[in-house]
Amino acid sequence: MAQFAQPKSISGILTKWALILLAFLFLGIIIVMPIALVCIKAFSQGFEPYIAAITATETLNSIKLTIIAVFFAVVINGIFGISAAWWITKYHINGKGIIISLIDLPFSISPVISGMLIILAAGSKSTVGIFLEQFGIQIIFTPISIVLATLFITLPFTARELITLMQSQGQEEEEAAYLLGAPTWKLFTKIVLPNILPALLYGSLLTAARAIGEFGAVSVVSGHIRGYTATLPLQVEILYNDYQFIDAFAVATLMLSITIISIIVRAILNKRIAKQINVKGDQK
Amino acid sequence: MKHLKISILTMMTGLTLAALTHADRLELLNVSYDPTREFYREYNVTFEKNWKAKTGQTIRLQQSHGGSGKQARSIIDGLEGDVVTLALAYDIDNIVTQAKTIAPNWQSRLPNNSSPYTSTIVFLVRKGNPKKIKDWNDLAAPGIQVITPNPKTSGGARWNFLAAWAYGLKTYKTEAGAKQFVAKLFKNAPVLDSGARGSTTTFVERNIGDVLITWENEALLIDKKINPNEFEIIYPSLSILAEPPVTWVDAIVKKHKTEALAKAYLTQLYDIPAQELAAKHFYRPSNPKVLAKYKTLFPNIKLVTINDTFGGWKAAQDKFFKDKAIFDAIYQPQ
Amino acid sequence: MPYTNPNKSKSFQLPGKSIAKSITLTYLGVILVFPLALLLITFFQIPMDIIRETLNDVRLWAALKVTVTTAFCAALVNLVFGTLIAWIQARYTYIGKSIVTMLIDIPFALPTSVAGIALTAAFSHKSGIGKWLHSFGIDINYTPLGITIALIFIGIPFVIRQVEPILEEIGTEMEQAAQMLGATPFQITTKIILPNIIPAAIAGFTAAFARGLGEYGSVIFISGNMPMKTEVVSLIIVSKLEQFNYAGATIISVVMLSISLVFLLISNGIQFLQKKKYGLINKGTH
Repeated sequence: MAQFAQPKSISGILTKWALILLAFLFLGIIIVMPIALVCIKAFSQGFEPYIAAITATETLNSIKLTIIAVFFAVVINGIFGISAAWWITKYHINGKGIIISLIDLPFSISPVISGMLIILAAGSKSTVGIFLEQFGIQIIFTPISIVLATLFITLPFTARELITLMQSQGQEEEEAAYLLGAPTWKLFTKIVLPNILPALLYGSLLTAARAIGEFGAVSVVSGHIRGYTATLPLQVEILYNDYQFIDAFAVATLMLSITIISIIVRAILNKRIAKQINVKGDQK
Repeated sequence: MKHLKISILTMMTGLTLAALTHADRLELLNVSYDPTREFYREYNVTFEKNWKAKTGQTIRLQQSHGGSGKQARSIIDGLEGDVVTLALAYDIDNIVTQAKTIAPNWQSRLPNNSSPYTSTIVFLVRKGNPKKIKDWNDLAAPGIQVITPNPKTSGGARWNFLAAWAYGLKTYKTEAGAKQFVAKLFKNAPVLDSGARGSTTTFVERNIGDVLITWENEALLIDKKINPNEFEIIYPSLSILAEPPVTWVDAIVKKHKTEALAKAYLTQLYDIPAQELAAKHFYRPSNPKVLAKYKTLFPNIKLVTINDTFGGWKAAQDKFFKDKAIFDAIYQPQ
Repeated sequence: MPYTNPNKSKSFQLPGKSIAKSITLTYLGVILVFPLALLLITFFQIPMDIIRETLNDVRLWAALKVTVTTAFCAALVNLVFGTLIAWIQARYTYIGKSIVTMLIDIPFALPTSVAGIALTAAFSHKSGIGKWLHSFGIDINYTPLGITIALIFIGIPFVIRQVEPILEEIGTEMEQAAQMLGATPFQITTKIILPNIIPAAIAGFTAAFARGLGEYGSVIFISGNMPMKTEVVSLIIVSKLEQFNYAGATIISVVMLSISLVFLLISNGIQFLQKKKYGLINKGTH
């Protein structure tokens, strides 16, 4: 439980405000100023160029591509997350630590290396690539490679959230229902799913946020075909390198808004999860 | 709730399929080198409009830009460009030999050695020319920082290198002298970007370096449009005729059924409107009448050619730029 | 305390084990293990002299030095300020607190390319803070200092996310008790607060450091990418890929992955220690 000590002594109060001021200064310089500058620069020539930049065909195409990558990342890694969390938390497994470390692995791999792994595994010189080429399917230089890179990068998020939640929830409810004869499907939809829903949503949101924002890995695999394999973060770079600074900053503000919205939604979900854990804890 | 899920699913499937297959309309991918971004952006808009007016067909033109060598390797690696508009003939020849997707006689298929526009190599310096740079030999002087892209990935960089070598040959009269000169020049290069545009960014935006060796069209773009009054263009005593060629990729246009479109796209580059557009974007038009019209923009400069001085691109690539050749021998990061 | 089923290891099991296990293992195998295994196989197929040649590159070692030092300094700064921010978030109420909560999450979700152009614009010597610092001869953009600032930006959330929950959990009872018993603020800080948060702080530091080692997007705009001076290893990997030198890129990737692996193990080890210690504390205050 959080407790807030409100310092009563003069030195306590002084310390408190000194520390807060220091934190504000730090955050102000490192975070607030750059972000404010992006917004200022985006609108520096008025509203019309801003709207034109946001609605340009290339920008709209990159939004489409980003949505596709996010969708697949959330759904596929969601299914994976549920499976992995179920397997890890409900059963006794040898080597549980190894599985968890594997799941955590994408966190410690540089995005550039992640992209390179996709090229090695599915590029046109790889066994997989050559095999698929026979069917006319190309992975590299198409949105498929972007989806794969995004899947790799966002693999851990939903799984981790679910593992944490399900570990703290225990499993009496499921066991009781199972022993009472509930069919597996009902067990899943009526008991498990409602319990894990906040963590599932939260993990999906983390996955989506990360998928939208990924740059390094996608940059390596994409081939930079404007309007085809450029996601939003890549589009920012393309515009910037084309000297279209207003456009670059405009698209950047788009990304900023998405980021802030996702943060707010996550905060709301966070409270729900905390409630969920507390509720479960009280029932013991 | 169920309906919502189904509608989302259908929408996503539709979006995905639409993105992955380009079934409903004709698309053309132009794989180009680095500085041509602005030119093709404008050319594509006009071309799409004219094509629609003439044939009623909606088409989608896509661009990819990067260092010419890098782009060629991507094509060899499977990038399905319908047309390639690269910085030098060797990169296209490389595609012919390695990927076998372009006919070997490609260069004779379009006028002027398949180069609708040409350019050359010049210097860009800071306003007032504080380091008093006049010619190539100033670039090899100690303490000067030279910005040029990496010949391993960039076409422009290779033209830069050869222009410098040509100067070295003329001034020092021997191969060894030229080699020493070019080595000194590259010793003055603090960073090699992967493409011409990257080097421009380094010089102009990041304020690194005293002189930028670049395409004439890139220098003029900066000087006249992007950052007027901040820089000056210096024309050296000697430079090289840079012919960036264009062609269609036979195997791909057959596969995509875009042969007619690709041929029209490239042949129209030679028409007067496109030639004027090229001049507007600071490329020297191959059409002599249009070139004469813009002669104030393009001063006379002594030019050597790849064939006369170097015996063609294959010879030049083998001698200087392939692995472990002369460039690898002389370039060491400081 | 979370309930653990003593029967878990015996015969009774919930349904769905085999399908969950097969999905998990197949997916991990295809997406994670297969590419990594391919990387290692490719690596071991490279002739020894090419490996030696790639690793003997002065430029690579300069980049490693730049990468490691900037990542380390950035993580250090984030250790200090992260702990500070975790403290004020857990212990104080003040105006703007919820905004701070939002701010510290921004670097986590913002695309690195956006962070890159934002920081480059903010610290450019043509305006604002950059101009002011330039008058003192301090340049941020296109120097290792700029790289450090970019890495500080993206590393902000890591320490805070580790330390803040700990501070909230342990509450202030121990501190208040110690105060009543006459301990000085210094003693309280060093003997009560620090031991509790050090494991978490170090875990956060390691995470920020590991992240900084591999960072690409936010760095390439602000660093200038000059070999021997401001080039980071991730950029060298991309350069090799652009030149289609897959062997070189593979070799350097394996090196970086090994370094990351070491730090992952350290981080997990510290977190394990932290959990043990945390368990001890929990027993005491209930």
